[in-house]
Amino acid sequence: MTEEKVHIEKELEPILRKIPDPEIPVLSILDLGVVREARLDGKKASVKITPTYSGCPAMDVIGDDIVTALTQAGYEAKVDLILAPAWSTDWITETGRKALEDYGIAPPMDASADKRALLGEEKLVKCPQCGSTQTHLVSQFGSTACKALFKCDDCQEPFDYFKCLI
Amino acid sequence: MSSKQENIRLHGDKIKYIYGIADNSLILGQRLGELTGHGPTLETDIALTNISLDLFGQVRSYFQYAAQISDGEVTEDDLAFLRTEREYLNVLLVEQPNTDFAFSIGRQFLFDHFHILLMTELQKSKDDTLVAIAKKSIKEVNYHKRFSSDWVKRLGDGTEESKEKMQTAINDLWRFTDELFHTTEADEAMIKAGIGVDVKQLKDTYYKNVSEILEEATLDVPELKYFQKGGKKGIHSEHMGFILSEMQYMQRAYPGAKW
Repeated sequence: MTEEKVHIEKELEPILRKIPDPEIPVLSILDLGVVREARLDGKKASVKITPTYSGCPAMDVIGDDIVTALTQAGYEAKVDLILAPAWSTDWITETGRKALEDYGIAPPMDASADKRALLGEEKLVKCPQCGSTQTHLVSQFGSTACKALFKCDDCQEPFDYFKCLI
Repeated sequence: MSSKQENIRLHGDKIKYIYGIADNSLILGQRLGELTGHGPTLETDIALTNISLDLFGQVRSYFQYAAQISDGEVTEDDLAFLRTEREYLNVLLVEQPNTDFAFSIGRQFLFDHFHILLMTELQKSKDDTLVAIAKKSIKEVNYHKRFSSDWVKRLGDGTEESKEKMQTAINDLWRFTDELFHTTEADEAMIKAGIGVDVKQLKDTYYKNVSEILEEATLDVPELKYFQKGGKKGIHSEHMGFILSEMQYMQRAYPGAKW
């Protein structure tokens, strides 16, 4: 976790917390871990965000949403996209993981468990609907760049698994 | 040569070097994009277009960087959409058509195994931006490689028909693999400067890794002495013009059009 290195100005935190991820609206962009810095100089707010996946189409929307929210709150906002350090699923907060699961998306596991699960070697991914681990991988690529598609063998529901990226 | 001239030359070489990497992802991404809504199953359709999206995302990072260090007013879009055929420096492999699913998978497989080695080495570059892009990209490329390798095994070690199709695709595409390890003058200058990756050094590992999976897939590793080349120097196969005419159409017909 490099969470402690992230500097988010206290005054800006509540505003940023209200901005949802456009593709997973239950998840705040702060809980997703894409906001890497938010600084304030008088009324000038400068925010740095990093993409989850290189081609994530949500990044432009997130940038626009931040500018809109901060402008409405009376700040002069500037958003920069940074690439390093590369985003990791480790940066999703505990609150974020809980929100994902409640929403019906299985949260990411650690790298080695993720590999075993995606390779089908072990039944590790828990169905967010019924809690069973009798699940299987349908496709490594799901409805968005960050998700894989699984199916529960007990309740038979298909569900998304947030792929681990470390 | 004065140090100023030397710097200008290195600068030009760096931009060409970036094209050499980014154009592979751009043209392969475009090829995969053709499959949107046309994949053999919903899952493979989504997977191949997801890979396309990852590649385009990586291309944006490269072209934003190239535009930033270029002289004059060029944007990432100019670089992607407004160059002429000879100015694209992608390898021939990535422009090969989606003849059938086995070809799409074979092309992806042969590229992914190169891509992962390249991204691993590029992380050691002296150029911080390229290091950042490589560190970001390699996480995605790992998923691509796993997907294409799994399908090579599934088709190769599948039915009689799937095996035959997979073998045909590998046999047909094999002649484009050697070019992955060629270097241009710009590449050599970048290797010397500690910025570029010496792809010649990756060749043995590549063929070893690829052969292992082909054997696991019960497929024959082609034995070929004659290989095709040219893309890295801007000399492309007949397919390239068709790809570009589709890819560039909007920006040519409506210059500056925005999404």
